[in-house]
Amino acid sequence: MTLAERAVEPLHRRLGLTDDELQAIRDRLGGRAPNDVELAMFSVMWSEHCSYKSSKPLLQTLPTGGPGVVAGPGENAGVISIGDGLAVAFKIESHNHPSAVEPYQGAATGVGGILRDIFTMGARPIAVLDALRFGEPNSSRTRHLVDGVVRGVGGYGNCVGVPTIGGELVFDGSYQGNPLVNVMAIGLLEERLLTLASAPGPGNLVVLFGSTTGRDGIGGASVLASATFADSDPSKRPSVQVGDPFAEKLLIEASLELIGRGLVEGLQDLGAGGITCATSETADRGGTGIRIDLDAVPRREPGLEAFEVLISESQERMLAIVRPERWPDVREVCERWGLPVAVVGRVTDDGDISVIEGGEEIARIPAAALTSNAIVHQRLAAPPAQRRAAPAPGAPTVVSDRLPERGMDPGAVLLALVGSPNLSSRRAVFEQYDSTVGADTVIGPGHGAAVLRVKGSKKALVASTDGNQAVGVLDPWLGAALSVAEATRNVSITGATPLGVTNCLNYGDPTRPEAFWQLTEGVRGLGDACRALGLPVTGGNVSLYNESPAGSIAPTPEIGVVGLLDDVGTLVGPAFTADGDAIVLAGASGAGLAGSEYARLAGAAVEDGPPSLDLGREAALQAFVREAVARGLVASAQDVSGGGLAVAIAECAIWGGLGAQVRLLVANSPAVEMFGESPSRIVLTTRPRHAPALELLARQHGLPVDRLGTVGGSRVVIRLTAAGATGAAEDRGGDVADELDVAVDDLRHAWEHGLARTLGWDS
Amino acid sequence: MSRTGPRIAVVTFPGSNDDGDARLALDLLGAEAVPVWHTDSELPPGTGGIVLPGGFSYGDYLRCGAIARVAPVMDAVRRFAADGGPVLGICNGFQVLAEAGLVPGALLRNRSLRFLGRDVTIAPERLDTPFTHAIGERRPLRMPIAHGEGCYYADEATLDALERDGQVLFRYVGRDGAVADDDERANPNGSLRAIAGVMNARGNVAGLMPHPERASETILGSDDGIGILRSLVASAALARAGGPVGVGA
Repeated sequence: MTLAERAVEPLHRRLGLTDDELQAIRDRLGGRAPNDVELAMFSVMWSEHCSYKSSKPLLQTLPTGGPGVVAGPGENAGVISIGDGLAVAFKIESHNHPSAVEPYQGAATGVGGILRDIFTMGARPIAVLDALRFGEPNSSRTRHLVDGVVRGVGGYGNCVGVPTIGGELVFDGSYQGNPLVNVMAIGLLEERLLTLASAPGPGNLVVLFGSTTGRDGIGGASVLASATFADSDPSKRPSVQVGDPFAEKLLIEASLELIGRGLVEGLQDLGAGGITCATSETADRGGTGIRIDLDAVPRREPGLEAFEVLISESQERMLAIVRPERWPDVREVCERWGLPVAVVGRVTDDGDISVIEGGEEIARIPAAALTSNAIVHQRLAAPPAQRRAAPAPGAPTVVSDRLPERGMDPGAVLLALVGSPNLSSRRAVFEQYDSTVGADTVIGPGHGAAVLRVKGSKKALVASTDGNQAVGVLDPWLGAALSVAEATRNVSITGATPLGVTNCLNYGDPTRPEAFWQLTEGVRGLGDACRALGLPVTGGNVSLYNESPAGSIAPTPEIGVVGLLDDVGTLVGPAFTADGDAIVLAGASGAGLAGSEYARLAGAAVEDGPPSLDLGREAALQAFVREAVARGLVASAQDVSGGGLAVAIAECAIWGGLGAQVRLLVANSPAVEMFGESPSRIVLTTRPRHAPALELLARQHGLPVDRLGTVGGSRVVIRLTAAGATGAAEDRGGDVADELDVAVDDLRHAWEHGLARTLGWDS
Repeated sequence: MSRTGPRIAVVTFPGSNDDGDARLALDLLGAEAVPVWHTDSELPPGTGGIVLPGGFSYGDYLRCGAIARVAPVMDAVRRFAADGGPVLGICNGFQVLAEAGLVPGALLRNRSLRFLGRDVTIAPERLDTPFTHAIGERRPLRMPIAHGEGCYYADEATLDALERDGQVLFRYVGRDGAVADDDERANPNGSLRAIAGVMNARGNVAGLMPHPERASETILGSDDGIGILRSLVASAALARAGGPVGVGA
């Protein structure tokens, strides 16, 4: 496009709206054309980010109800009762594109935004988990992004006084041009204080408090979040918001005081879409309208245009609906916390968002047209013609038979895996976060699911985030279902019962049929898995257009799960606990190495497909482990995931400081048995006298179960023996792979230093 | 619950994050922890001790503690300290006390120039102070740090004087208890002479970077911090009764 052509491009297109969408806007305005201010308001509210216009029909297929669900999708966060009048609020959200453009502020404001979603509902934020995904770890751009994002997460979360207790850090080439920053927050509230983002009661005051409004973050939702982009395009930097965690801390305290004293009728944070979004969403939910006077909005700088005030995404602001007689108390609370506060409008009964400037009405739009009645697109979905990449020239085509080759030391493979970029300790990163503020952290980052006690009770909350893009790129249904299975399994192995699921769906450009097919399959996998496990999806976020000139990201459904443990005293961890304990595997290995860390390490083209998932088996496995923990039969429990059974055992050994003697029957190939990532497997240890009861319980749940060996010594030793079931396996078992035998100290060293070395943080 | 324990004022600055944790830990030890707002110019009547908690007072966008030291409540803290009452600053509270000149030295950025949140091991230098006398036999102590600016610094002459006068209260040590001067894991912020906590000359005002209030219950992984807080509670009871508070008291 030439400059001359660009100049004559009509405004709606420059704002990211299509001609069809302009027509749909006219339809909702009784046939009249929107003026420029109204068009700007529509452009942010009808952005993919705010309207879910491509994903809404898919999301409506998800299971959302269930016992204990107090608030579900559509609210700022999901809320589930945990008994005794308490409830947990949780949600995960993306800040991918801002973090690609300006990693520190992008990540920092991602934390700030999700925290506001939590305390807006009356919940005190008690934890953050951050799921971060980057491209090749040895590229200087990746290192720049990792450093900035980690500092941003820490800079905000540490200052605001909410512990960062877990998350993920994954490297995959598909994120090279488009990193993912997904942040989950958890809050705790008294159910009676649950506050909704609604504007009831015509005549009530609309109060804005928190930071002043400036020109930062103009068009963040439409420009950044809802279009593909060239990486680090500096022209988009002004669309990234700037975070002020100190203001957020004051906002948390003031908001919770306002809610605790019953001073507000409704509360909504200002995020994407700013004042436009907060007013239209609260009015639409309340069945009311809002009349807003722009001259009353406290500003950071003079000379702001009306549309800028309406769509600015300046951070750390809240909108409260207040009864007139309570305004003096509301003002006193805000001012005591040092926060600017102003009455900026009134709730009306006309159903419209009307905007006044200089005494004149400059915009009037039905609230529903901006939110619940926004446009919905039926996108075209089509699977790719060729779903598997051709093998690279000269690469071995059947990974499972080639590695470990005879004569290769499988112990060396295990050391390489535990020290690899995706499996090594994340300590170098999470030590930059405050994981203990709040004095609730029972288990912090680093060893599986995170655990927080609930003060004043015996209860604990258990949380995990997981996403599987490596399988997702091969089979997006399976990738999503596996992500749910792994996140919930990580919670169940502690003994906790998963309560619900929040999800961040990171996919490509929905106008590309293949990318929309990936999203469709992902949502189907998410729904299937949640139904099989009996869990509600209580909310989340959809991030599309995750593409760069280098291509689309691997489809990445990031799943956050919160579980409840009734008695924290029964908590089971993954580390081996005692010499002589029996090691028991519940579940069985299945064929397929595609998408595994082992395949990545081997660098071979993957032609055997990913392992399959039986959701009924998964549900039975999780029910079994919870019952086994409750009956006191389990000393430690660890799920088998990245790096397979050998890595799972190695981690139990490293964390417990105890070795293991294990004998594996080779039903598939040795590589599949040791390093395959087929799901629905848990490594348990138990006192030898409890082993028969544990194995019986597994069988009663219809699960295969196998006594693998014994905890003890200072080495991890895995011997492979023929299964005897099939001739082929017998042959392989007899002649492939030497015994695996590695010192726990060597494993620990590889595991502890792998990440820092990967990122060049180690000398 | 009615408490017979001493009243301990826990100051809340805007941006304090550990005020609630500190009050909870003190309450568990039988004290009556009372929140005090940063603009208050007087302490609650009968206050026997003060805690300045961790956090990011006023956002700490300037030097840590540089704004908090001129908060109205700090005049009351100074008067209380001048009268000999026990004052404990934890993390940001230590930074505030150093900025206010109530304890010697300064806290610089960590040697790594990164925020550090992890467990450390510290050992008390002496057990006859208002902050350490109830620690007992369980030593060294394991508890978390969480700070970006915790590298203790003073000039050589001051450091020599602190050591000579017994004002070094805690040092970072290895798990074996040996002082960890050059051990990056054990003394992660690079504090000079591995100093984790110091006192004023009179011995009634102390600051430390690690968080005893976050290590006050076994469910949190360690209750090694209790000894420090229990010492403070006992000292506060003594101060309220009009007894002397200070080293050897």
